[in-house]
Amino acid sequence: MSKSFGTFHALDDANIKIEKGEFFSLLGPSGCGKTTLLRIIAGFETPDVGVVSFDGKNIIGIDPNKRQSNTVFQNYALFPHLSVFENVAFPMRIRKENKKDIERKVMEYLHLVQLDAHVNKKPNQLSGGQKQRVAIARALINEPSVLLLDEPLSALDAKLRSNLLVELDKIHDQIGITFIYVTHDQSEALSVSDRIAVMNQGKVLQIGSPFEIYENPATEFVAKFIGETNLFDSRVVECEPYKNNEFMCTLDVPALGKTIKVTDYDKTEPGQQISFTVRPEKVRITLEEPHKSDRELNVFRGIVEEPVYSGFQSKFFVKLDNGTELKVFKQHQNYLEDGPEIAWKDTVYVSWSANDGYIVEVINQ
Amino acid sequence: MTGGKLLKNRNVGFRYSLPMGLWFTLFFLLPLAIIISYSFMKKGLHGGVEYSFSLNAYIQMMNASYGKLFVRTLWVTFLATLISIILALPCGYAMARSKNQTLLLFLIIIPFWTNSLIRINAWIAILGNQGFINETLRNLGLIKESLPLLYNQSAVILVLVYMYLPYAILPVFTAMDKFDFSLLEAARDLGATKSQSMFKVLLPNVRSGIVTAIIFTFIPIFGAYTVPLLVGGKDSYMIGNVIVDQVTKVRNWPLASAFSMIITLVSTAGVLWMMGTSAREAAKNKAAKSKMEASV
Repeated sequence: MSKSFGTFHALDDANIKIEKGEFFSLLGPSGCGKTTLLRIIAGFETPDVGVVSFDGKNIIGIDPNKRQSNTVFQNYALFPHLSVFENVAFPMRIRKENKKDIERKVMEYLHLVQLDAHVNKKPNQLSGGQKQRVAIARALINEPSVLLLDEPLSALDAKLRSNLLVELDKIHDQIGITFIYVTHDQSEALSVSDRIAVMNQGKVLQIGSPFEIYENPATEFVAKFIGETNLFDSRVVECEPYKNNEFMCTLDVPALGKTIKVTDYDKTEPGQQISFTVRPEKVRITLEEPHKSDRELNVFRGIVEEPVYSGFQSKFFVKLDNGTELKVFKQHQNYLEDGPEIAWKDTVYVSWSANDGYIVEVINQ
Repeated sequence: MTGGKLLKNRNVGFRYSLPMGLWFTLFFLLPLAIIISYSFMKKGLHGGVEYSFSLNAYIQMMNASYGKLFVRTLWVTFLATLISIILALPCGYAMARSKNQTLLLFLIIIPFWTNSLIRINAWIAILGNQGFINETLRNLGLIKESLPLLYNQSAVILVLVYMYLPYAILPVFTAMDKFDFSLLEAARDLGATKSQSMFKVLLPNVRSGIVTAIIFTFIPIFGAYTVPLLVGGKDSYMIGNVIVDQVTKVRNWPLASAFSMIITLVSTAGVLWMMGTSAREAAKNKAAKSKMEASV
């Protein structure tokens, strides 16, 4: 599916298949096309090329009011002239359902979002979190097959956001319909989604479970956008078959000054330019040199440049002997595990297993 | 310290409002008082009044032909206002959604630069027997005899709508400009058709603008006299015309004053209705708010 606004390509050949009942997130920076994609699914925009199939039927050209999806808008879009009750009742009033049914069902859904006490208030008398709950109840009362959520929590403060996110997840479990959740916040997406599509510049870069996206990013952008990481331009020297259908690859990494070992599920041809990435928390930092015997271990020596203590963990910026900087996160456990404290200007050894690094594609972006 | 000073100057508003108050007293309240008192006096022989109490003017007004005149004036005003509002709604909507708002606002204001008599006469040039429309139709061979477009009630309504449409568009536009158009998408998303989203979401939210537009058009149209005088026929006389005739030709000033009272009363009723609707809305919001505070 593609969509352009003037010369701006909001969506570039995006292709996504979402399963029934899934909590599916569209994740990407602002302007990546995720909202455009959601608006196409809702029926507010028409793609230049492509289809939206629902249960095997193309729904392009069907008006938004006749689609089986409802939307929770970023700015809530509550009707200011109607009370909380009437806002939630709006879809039922449009369908001219009988009064008793409306009364019963509206109260049921207001109870679902814990707003029983605010039935008669106007939207301007509600807090941001309450407004968004009304919007959620209003979008659910039609019993849509798909609930579209367009950055529903972005206008709320951090604490409220995490509470409401947990509630959304609960509601999803309770009613079991498909949720399509648009967000630019990777931690939101990782914590509630069944699957995530990472988008950038109108392209879908990777679709997978939060675990796959984090542990096995497909491209440099995905690795950088989700969590923190160390990225290096590299060249593949060779890839040999290894245990569990994996390959053990040797990479030439100019920034690290020598070759390193990394395992990968795919065989990459020697000579190919790729990016190598290793997450900071996967790197061990020790004062003593680890045993060199393990040929799968990559070890480098360096000096601690900037230790940042933040309670349960410390962040270190380690300057390797050849001048390259590496980010390392160390989780604090107890004295037996942690050993003596690592301080500023200490000479340290950083090491990671071949299993903990990844090869990611370089895409011009 | 500052609190005491503020308290001392609490009534400073009176001094500030003095110029405005003087202006209103001299040029609004006083003339109104004169009109009211004249309507209860005897008519002078050559115009003017005799200073003695009389209900003659009002008794003269209780006349079937004047009754008809009153009903006709109301009817013409009602139609012209209704048409103005119906036209103002899509205009205001388009302006609020347009990227060229300044230009469009400018275009609405341009007609005010030309004297209203000239603009009414322009319509005579368009609608007359030798006017633009009739000439064009004749040249096209569509008609032989001129169509009677001028000097009837339809011409009056047409020109009244033309004259007062800007007064309807501006408040409607102001209200629509404040409207959050994403609400229409929300309504469509929740199952409303295009027209349902307009009637159930847009219109209730621009209500205050519509009420203002009604007042701004209804009141001046109800007192109009140049338009029916210039483009109307004998059957399209309005109260305003009778007042002018009574002052200048018949020289029955008390009767003219009594008719003026009618216009003032109807206008006042309209303004009270408008203030009532906004007051009711404010009271409703306030009640809901205090309810919320009580529940917290």
